[in-house]
Amino acid sequence: MPDAIKSQIRTFIVENFLFGDDSTPLGDEQSLIESDMVDSTGILELVSFLEERFGVAMADADIVPANLDSIARIAAFVARKSEVVAG
Amino acid sequence: MCGIAGYAGALPRDEVAALLRRMCGAIAHRGPDAQGVHVSDGAGLGHRRLSVIDLTADGAQPMHSACGTFSIAYNGEIFNYIELRKMLEARGRRFRTASDTEVVLQLYEEYGPDFVTHLNGDFALAIWDERHKRMVLARDRMGVRPLFYTWHRGVFYFASEVKALLQVPGVEAEIDPFALDQIFTLWAPIAPRTPFKGIFELPPAHMMIVENGEARSRPYWALAFPEGGERDPRSEGGIAEELRTLLEDATRIRLRADVEVGSFLSGGLDSSIVSGLAARMAPNGLRTFSVTFDDAEFDESDYQQTMVRALGTQHHSIACGPEDIAGIFPAVVWHMERPVTRTAPAPLYQLSGLVREQGLKVVLSGEGADEIFAGYDLFREARIRRFCGRQPGSQIRPHLFRKIYPYLSSLQQQTPEYLAAFFGTGVDAADDPLFSHRPRIRATAGAKMFFSRDLRDQLAGYDATEEIASELPEAFVRWHPLHQAQYIETRFLLPGYILSSQGDRMAMAHGVETRFPFLDHRLVEFAAQIPPNLKLKGLREKHILRAATADLLPQAISERPKQPYRAPDSASFRGPVGDYVDEIMSAEAVTANGLFNPLAAAKLLEKCRRDVATGFRDNAAFVGIVSTQLWAREFSNMVSNRSREASV
Repeated sequence: MPDAIKSQIRTFIVENFLFGDDSTPLGDEQSLIESDMVDSTGILELVSFLEERFGVAMADADIVPANLDSIARIAAFVARKSEVVAG
Repeated sequence: MCGIAGYAGALPRDEVAALLRRMCGAIAHRGPDAQGVHVSDGAGLGHRRLSVIDLTADGAQPMHSACGTFSIAYNGEIFNYIELRKMLEARGRRFRTASDTEVVLQLYEEYGPDFVTHLNGDFALAIWDERHKRMVLARDRMGVRPLFYTWHRGVFYFASEVKALLQVPGVEAEIDPFALDQIFTLWAPIAPRTPFKGIFELPPAHMMIVENGEARSRPYWALAFPEGGERDPRSEGGIAEELRTLLEDATRIRLRADVEVGSFLSGGLDSSIVSGLAARMAPNGLRTFSVTFDDAEFDESDYQQTMVRALGTQHHSIACGPEDIAGIFPAVVWHMERPVTRTAPAPLYQLSGLVREQGLKVVLSGEGADEIFAGYDLFREARIRRFCGRQPGSQIRPHLFRKIYPYLSSLQQQTPEYLAAFFGTGVDAADDPLFSHRPRIRATAGAKMFFSRDLRDQLAGYDATEEIASELPEAFVRWHPLHQAQYIETRFLLPGYILSSQGDRMAMAHGVETRFPFLDHRLVEFAAQIPPNLKLKGLREKHILRAATADLLPQAISERPKQPYRAPDSASFRGPVGDYVDEIMSAEAVTANGLFNPLAAAKLLEKCRRDVATGFRDNAAFVGIVSTQLWAREFSNMVSNRSREASV
């Protein structure tokens, strides 16, 4: 399941923030901000994607780099949120 | 206000007059009233005239000295020409005309190359000194008027616009990859570099002497700020009073013309101040001009109407509709002669067209106040970043970023953690000379991800920020951080983008001369000496300017927070008028120019065409790619047309 989530997130990031350019490796732990992949509008695009694709409800307090600044962090966050919903 | 062109070197005399006429013809929009050329042994001058002072044939150019030794072609206005004329008359000189051009010429005769330090004005000029066989070029201090040059087969050519130089057989339009990198980092090339490989710009406040086949240039003026530790003993009230006196005089001498002078009126503080002062000085009333936007996010028409009512001006406005920008953008790029990452020049092109339609040739502008009195958001942002940097874990301090960007909805929705992350660029490097500009540079440079592999290889790791840093004066490190930020903005962005792409080139496309009271060098020098906390008081920008002019304006304007002038970017190209973008951003067209990644460009176009919010980087990249592709199309076509004409 986490790998499937990561794969979908990776695809979204490559398509939406890297415009299909996957020539440079994108690590699971790589910071999206430090790599200049997202700006303030990009964060809102990412939030919208996560809500629509994974059905997670994002509270304002969830929208922090600790949850969203790398593929690994996003996947872990989505998994946690999904558990809450399932539980 | 006009256009100039010329050369220095050995050319066949029977061909040069025709060449000069072609060069002048390429910039006819700058001076629709008359044309003149002059050829002498080893040099030639051409001139397109926009008659503003001394409308008679006496003011025609190129103009020659009484002794016949000196000839001048000059673009611009010398606002203190009346005082300079009196000074020269007191020294025994006599004048044949009422024109300011003759004053400049006689000033050169009197003082030689140092004449330029006497001038208060906006100018780009060329004087051929027959005695010394030398061409003297000079450009105004702030960079209002443009001047470009190139060498070809040992001959030196110069002109007000590059399109005139492209009339010279053999001079080609080829993109300079380093200039493109600078535009995609800093919004503008760093002079003397231009987007045209091998074609250069004389930097502002420089003069150049071309003699014996060699050119030497040097600055004759430089912006400087007080060094650390110096205390200003003056009171705030005293400074405000002196500021007001200088600003009034700067405006008064910029109303000198033998034609009517109008004023831009955006509804912001700066143009309202200029219009307010000019309205008091114009005996027959003042005409004002503004652009309005259909999109409420960019529109300021309520404020414009407030000022019109307060001043009683005869007001004209033009609406910038959803597709207008896309419609005129190819013409805008042709006039700018450089790629840009914003569409903001386009509505100003429309506005200047309106001025001309209404029969005016000259308008005042409030441009320059944001640089010299610290009005831009960037200055406040830098102050907050330093404040946050002192307590990196603070959850409270990053909220201040929302306060300075109330018009950016995506920022308003961010948590403090993300605000800190976005603006955190370089906060741990308080001594970095580019500290103030790092977030903007980083946000813009993100658009370079669309550069092709080939372009990246050509750039070979080049860093435009290092070049900027290497250009800073030795005293820079001893200036206050606000002054450092003001210097970078005034030295690089002001001439490289604001005064050129949004200024001279948009206005002169319609034969309209823009005058900038805030950029009178006396006021610029005075403002540089004002203590930083009187310019940016807390987070209140242009504090001392507001204090000095409060009586001129309704409170709704004088206390109005800064709203930067912006225009819709990629959204402008969503309708059918912007369909041409499909062709210029097609894989074939992008591949042909080799500058961008065609796959990524296609996906960017598709994203921007969808009705989704598009961020700063994506907008900058989109406009950057569209304008670069248009640049290549417009100028490569121009060169091939010229070749065809020459062969015919």
